[in-house]
Amino acid sequence: MTPNTKVQEIGKGYEEKYGFHVPEKSTFKSKKGLNPEVVRGISAMKGEPGWMLDLRLQALDIFFKKPMPTWGNTEILNSIDFDDMYYYMRSTDKTESDWEDVPKEIKDTFEKLGIPDAERKFLAGVTTQFDSEAVYHSVQEALTKKGVIFLDMDSGLKQYPELVKKYFATVIPSMDNKFAALNSAVWSGGSFVYVPPGVTVDLPLQAYFRINAKNVGQFERTLIIADEGSSVHYIEGCTAPVYASNSLHSAVVELIALPKSTIRYTTIQNWSKNVFNLVTKRAVAHEEATVRWIDANLGSQLTMKFPSVYLVGRKAHGEILSVAFAGNNQHQDAGAKIYHLAPETTSTITSKSVAKNGGRASYRGLLRVYKGAEGAKSSVRCDALMLDEASRSDTYPTMEVDERSASVVHEATVSKIGEDQLFYLMSRGLAEKEAMALVVNGFIEPFIKTLPLEYAVEMNRLIELEMEGAVG
Amino acid sequence: MSLLEIRDLHVSVEGKEILKGLTLTVNPGEIHALMGPNGSGKSTLAFVLMGHPKYKVTQGTVLFEGEDILALKPNERAKRGVFLAFQYPTAVSGVSVANLLRNALKALGREEDIKSFRKIVKAKLMELKIDESFMSRYINDGFSGGEKKRLEVLQLSILKPKLALLDETDSGLDIDALKTVAEGINRYTQNPGVGVVLITHYQRVLNFIKPHAVHIISEGRVVLSGGWDIIERLEKDGYEPFLKEKEAVS
Repeated sequence: MTPNTKVQEIGKGYEEKYGFHVPEKSTFKSKKGLNPEVVRGISAMKGEPGWMLDLRLQALDIFFKKPMPTWGNTEILNSIDFDDMYYYMRSTDKTESDWEDVPKEIKDTFEKLGIPDAERKFLAGVTTQFDSEAVYHSVQEALTKKGVIFLDMDSGLKQYPELVKKYFATVIPSMDNKFAALNSAVWSGGSFVYVPPGVTVDLPLQAYFRINAKNVGQFERTLIIADEGSSVHYIEGCTAPVYASNSLHSAVVELIALPKSTIRYTTIQNWSKNVFNLVTKRAVAHEEATVRWIDANLGSQLTMKFPSVYLVGRKAHGEILSVAFAGNNQHQDAGAKIYHLAPETTSTITSKSVAKNGGRASYRGLLRVYKGAEGAKSSVRCDALMLDEASRSDTYPTMEVDERSASVVHEATVSKIGEDQLFYLMSRGLAEKEAMALVVNGFIEPFIKTLPLEYAVEMNRLIELEMEGAVG
Repeated sequence: MSLLEIRDLHVSVEGKEILKGLTLTVNPGEIHALMGPNGSGKSTLAFVLMGHPKYKVTQGTVLFEGEDILALKPNERAKRGVFLAFQYPTAVSGVSVANLLRNALKALGREEDIKSFRKIVKAKLMELKIDESFMSRYINDGFSGGEKKRLEVLQLSILKPKLALLDETDSGLDIDALKTVAEGINRYTQNPGVGVVLITHYQRVLNFIKPHAVHIISEGRVVLSGGWDIIERLEKDGYEPFLKEKEAVS
């Protein structure tokens, strides 16, 4: 992708590409607000086992009791009106596995977003969620034969209750935080993935999340288990129409990487700029397992998301690459957490944030090395780029190292986009916007590099959209 | 019509006047060497001709092919055919040399398909004795001084501007590298009608590139213009006598 096409695309904007919505045609919509009846209603509608209903009700209790976080952007957090929100909305009665059977409005939505096309081209499987429920799901037959399970979470619970029960909420218990509790109480949809021992899933599995209706909360729940020596890459993307009123997205994602397995989890979050995106993502990596979180945040009004990895087995490895774009009226409070709990564990955290047009990008990170994690190694790097004076960037790095033999490296840079870089590129004929887009693309190159080609192209395009209006 | 006509140019940087009435004309097909001691305003001239926002023109005109270009942005000047080889090229991390060249060609309205682009680049890389791996490296990121200068000349030879402003493209090079770079510049000057302003600190490069005129610049003005004779005197006596001569005249 070259800057010239970038310029042509600039101006098309989010509104045109993602901002549409189809008429709301729900077959069931819970009442506004949150109480045990709403939770019972959701569970009954899904025909869940008793233990899940109990877990939900307990979580609801925790949600009510836990105070709002007193850190982060409390102003925005306290403005969330939990009573003015729908917690469950169903637009179709079942998850289809044939694209043709998906209701027309929903199909149109995802076709506009390019989902079926992407599936044909380069995905091993795909699941799409519209408001609360998964509406379409498919997975390559070859994977099914190898025993790979890729389902929406509700179907996962129905078809593999024992497996779900064994792992569900073990990495992120409801007690963890207020929003994890909320998700546990009203969760719906999300993905359930199980990869059997020794199986490598070559192509990525993808989930696409879409909020269509107004004032609706999306609370998907994802659980990925990579059994011994297996390997999987999961990608999720998210968008929503542009409404005047706010929506809440509060997901919980749990990853379990059993010994010698690898999980890569990529997120391209591009919610419209009135979505509160408060997500808990955590992984456990056992002996010699690797977990990579690749987390890009472009959209939402407020994102609070700190993917974390618990390195519990010897030689486990964790990597978190976090990229954030904060524009006007946006606060990207993103970061990473790594816990070294076993010897010879290694980790890297790379954070790249870009703030423009008065946006605010925060890096919040935690690196904890426990006593006994002998020879643990970690390197943390955060770079912030500010495109103008009105923007803000802050870093809150925390490091607690209780093991003497551990080695930890930390580097941080904050820079304003260089006048000299722009001048250099402009002297070669590039317009200011093109030059700026090129510098920003270069800045987040470490992230783009990790993406499959098709995503890299899409990501570059999203950045061009983000650059719109960045130059006066 | 002249390619470049600079008349009575006054330029300030951060409130300090650096150029104080500089006048210079470059005709198509001419190479002009611009020499002078440190701080005389040579690099300022290069930057202001390319349109760096920090350099403010307070008086005078600059015509490029008869058009006043002082109000134009750097990219608009580039599109008209002005090129600056930087003395200290800027690093742009994460952006490859190939990416830069393709984008630049496209911006200049000379987009090539991948195949012919590769062919053009390959030939130029050979001429300049640059390894092909160069193309996938990030612009000037971790480049040695010599590599940076070669990249500037590579861009010059691929972008083929009408006017090349070469700001100490010869400095920091060993003799072999200097020869290669000078050959690159000489090949460029064989394009019909192009003009060169060769800013240099040392006469050494002029053994390889033969200018049509030599100008001594001091305190923001051209104090002496002439031919090969100036270089020979410079080589023998340095700048001092020239500057004194000027003082005696004024």
